Amino acid sequence: MSTPFDYAPAPESRSIVDIKPSYGLFINGEFVDGHGKSFKTISPATEEVLAEVAEADEADVDAAVKAARKAFRAWSRMPGRERAKYLYRIARIIQERSRELAVLESLDNGKPIKESRDVDVPTVAAHFFYYAGWADKLEHAGFGSNPQPLGVAGQVIPWNFPLLMLAWKIAPALACGNTVVLKPAETTPLTALLFAEICQQADLPPGVVNIVTGAGGTGQALVGHPDVDKVAFTGSTEVGKAIARTVAGTNKKVTLELGGKAANIVFDDAPLDQAVEGIVNGIFFNQGHVCCAGSRLLVQESVADELLAKLKRRMSTLRVGDPLDKNTDIGAINSAEQLARIRELSDIGESEGAGRWSPACELPSTGFWFPPTLFTGVSQAHRIAREEIFGPVLSVLTFRTPSEAIEKANNTPYGLSAGVWTDKGSRILHMANQLRAGVVWANTFNKFDPTSPFGGYKESGYGREGGRHGLEAYLK
Amino acid sequence: MSTSSTVLDSSFDDVTRTDASLRRFLHGLPGVDQVGAEARAAGLGTRSIKTSAKAYALDLAIRMVDLTTLEGQDTPGKVRALASKAMRPDPADPTCPQVAAVCVYPDMVPVARETLGDSGVHIAAVATAFPSGRAAMDIKLADTKDAVDAGAHEIDMVIDRGAFLAGHYLQVFEEIAQVREACRREKGESAHLKVIFETGELQTYDNVRRASWLAMMAGAHFIKTSTGKVQPAATLPVTLVMLEAVRDFREQTGTMIGVKPAGGIRTSKDAIKYLVMVNEVAGPDWLDPDWFRFGASTLLNDLLMQRTKMTTGRYSGPDYFTLD
Repeated sequence: MSTPFDYAPAPESRSIVDIKPSYGLFINGEFVDGHGKSFKTISPATEEVLAEVAEADEADVDAAVKAARKAFRAWSRMPGRERAKYLYRIARIIQERSRELAVLESLDNGKPIKESRDVDVPTVAAHFFYYAGWADKLEHAGFGSNPQPLGVAGQVIPWNFPLLMLAWKIAPALACGNTVVLKPAETTPLTALLFAEICQQADLPPGVVNIVTGAGGTGQALVGHPDVDKVAFTGSTEVGKAIARTVAGTNKKVTLELGGKAANIVFDDAPLDQAVEGIVNGIFFNQGHVCCAGSRLLVQESVADELLAKLKRRMSTLRVGDPLDKNTDIGAINSAEQLARIRELSDIGESEGAGRWSPACELPSTGFWFPPTLFTGVSQAHRIAREEIFGPVLSVLTFRTPSEAIEKANNTPYGLSAGVWTDKGSRILHMANQLRAGVVWANTFNKFDPTSPFGGYKESGYGREGGRHGLEAYLK
Repeated sequence: MSTSSTVLDSSFDDVTRTDASLRRFLHGLPGVDQVGAEARAAGLGTRSIKTSAKAYALDLAIRMVDLTTLEGQDTPGKVRALASKAMRPDPADPTCPQVAAVCVYPDMVPVARETLGDSGVHIAAVATAFPSGRAAMDIKLADTKDAVDAGAHEIDMVIDRGAFLAGHYLQVFEEIAQVREACRREKGESAHLKVIFETGELQTYDNVRRASWLAMMAGAHFIKTSTGKVQPAATLPVTLVMLEAVRDFREQTGTMIGVKPAGGIRTSKDAIKYLVMVNEVAGPDWLDPDWFRFGASTLLNDLLMQRTKMTTGRYSGPDYFTLD
């Protein structure tokens, strides 16, 4: 859209964060060189190399698990209120260093600074504060009068919310008295390594938190390690299934938070302008790299034209570009690999006959970019209505009656989240009962809070993270 | 665009025939989710407007100010001073644009006119038993005609909130239509009509959307949030709902209506948030004093101070800007 009101660049300064040329592994409270190779992590917005990071091999993972095991003895016996002090301290340091964390997250991940600054990092701090509060109240959580920690938790997290997923994993684990070995994603290791520094700054006892960087092989070594008592994974359904097979027949407890293909259902009596905001937030937040993204829009046929006109108008005001610019709404796709997958599925959508539309927007020439895109005329038989694209691509389907909406929404192997838009309260309650999804948002979407449990049905995984329920995964 | 709403083309005759049909139409408009609307307004408020964009926004905001004095203690001297300020907001800087209008009570229109002459600064007069709107219809019309005859370019009328809240939509509609008639001058000219809702008394965003459509259908040129006499006055979410209404009205009828938030906007930072909202919600066509105004008094000096800071690189003090 041409406008005389051209927002001048408003970049957040990256000088606040000091990126080292290379990083080792964080084992037993110290940064150590790995035995394996190293790999480069890049900024997806510019393809600039940010740092070299050690790739942990089996011996490194073993050292990390041993350190965690050793630390478990003291950490698990420490009174809850003492553990809470460490968690509160970590939460406060995260708040103090929030700008640094936000800039680093946007650099390494490609997400817009307004999201890392206003959503990711504040929610990370909130998560540590919340679980710090539980640490001395575990016997009142409803899991028995004397619940005990499990031991060493092996945690593998994805690249879409690197620091937030770390917080979801580490905060409840430590509050319950477990120690952890965490593997961040290969493309986004830097904020986890900065978090390791924060653990040092907070004087967290050595070995309570260990960070091993690497790719799939490192993750396999961690998940398959015989002295790991608990495996927590967030990522793709495919890898989740492999993990479930690896741990089958062992004593390991597992929670998996996997993919999704959420339906965002708009009824004809919905507050349409706010529904448009919810649709945009549902699929374009974090470039659509959200497991609970509202990637299927189910709109009642009687308002479909009106809603789509509004949605297209709104999409043309989205600002795609430099993740560090404070006015950017959509940043870079996290990796070349992910971009290829988004392109492939979008091309398939087009060849299967769906109508593809994107607003006119200029994309930067370097880095990985994909414009916000919507497909109209999509049916349940299209691959773009069934497979998780994990990008800024929305499939629009229509329905005629509430029961058809429920059928279509549930007709997926996934079941992580759903959205319902209507002014009718009774319909919200009815839909929430019928939808097989771990989270059902009413007249909003993509809202996260540490007090609220999150997790999936069916191929979206099992176990819950967040809230009181999130403690259960780390207690026996 | 095709639409599920009940209106066809620009004819609202069927809708406005009876109280019942009008009520069905207004209550058939899509609802406003309070949490969502407030979140959207807050989100737009995080835009970071710097350097060249800020300079553009500050000048535009100055050009959009309806410089206002609506006090019982207003005197000809006060109005003359205000009118002078409207023409030369920053006497030290000739590049500073003049404001859109001065906004006064009807009896002060001749005074303002004398000072403003043909400067291009408009005179807006509040009429129809401002601010409560509680008077007989003939008195409201006489009040309006008085101001128009005295030379007001713009009439800021208040709606009867009591009638609106009681559900007497047709009464409100007809009052607006009659005042619009009273705005006519000879030779086919007409003073522009701004319709004030007093959104602080209407309270819900659903009411704001209904009042917006009611006023637009009745012939308002502008829709305006508040009198400035009731708290809360203008807010970002209320203005958001009104901007959505004028946007949708143009989509449907082709007719463009202006928006004026008034009261409570005191800083440049706030004004820029409103302009961002105009740009992204209604669209850039509304970025013009003909289509968007700020009803304000203290805002102007903050805009001037920020403007001076942009040009000189230094912050200045309130002593360096005129009071009125």
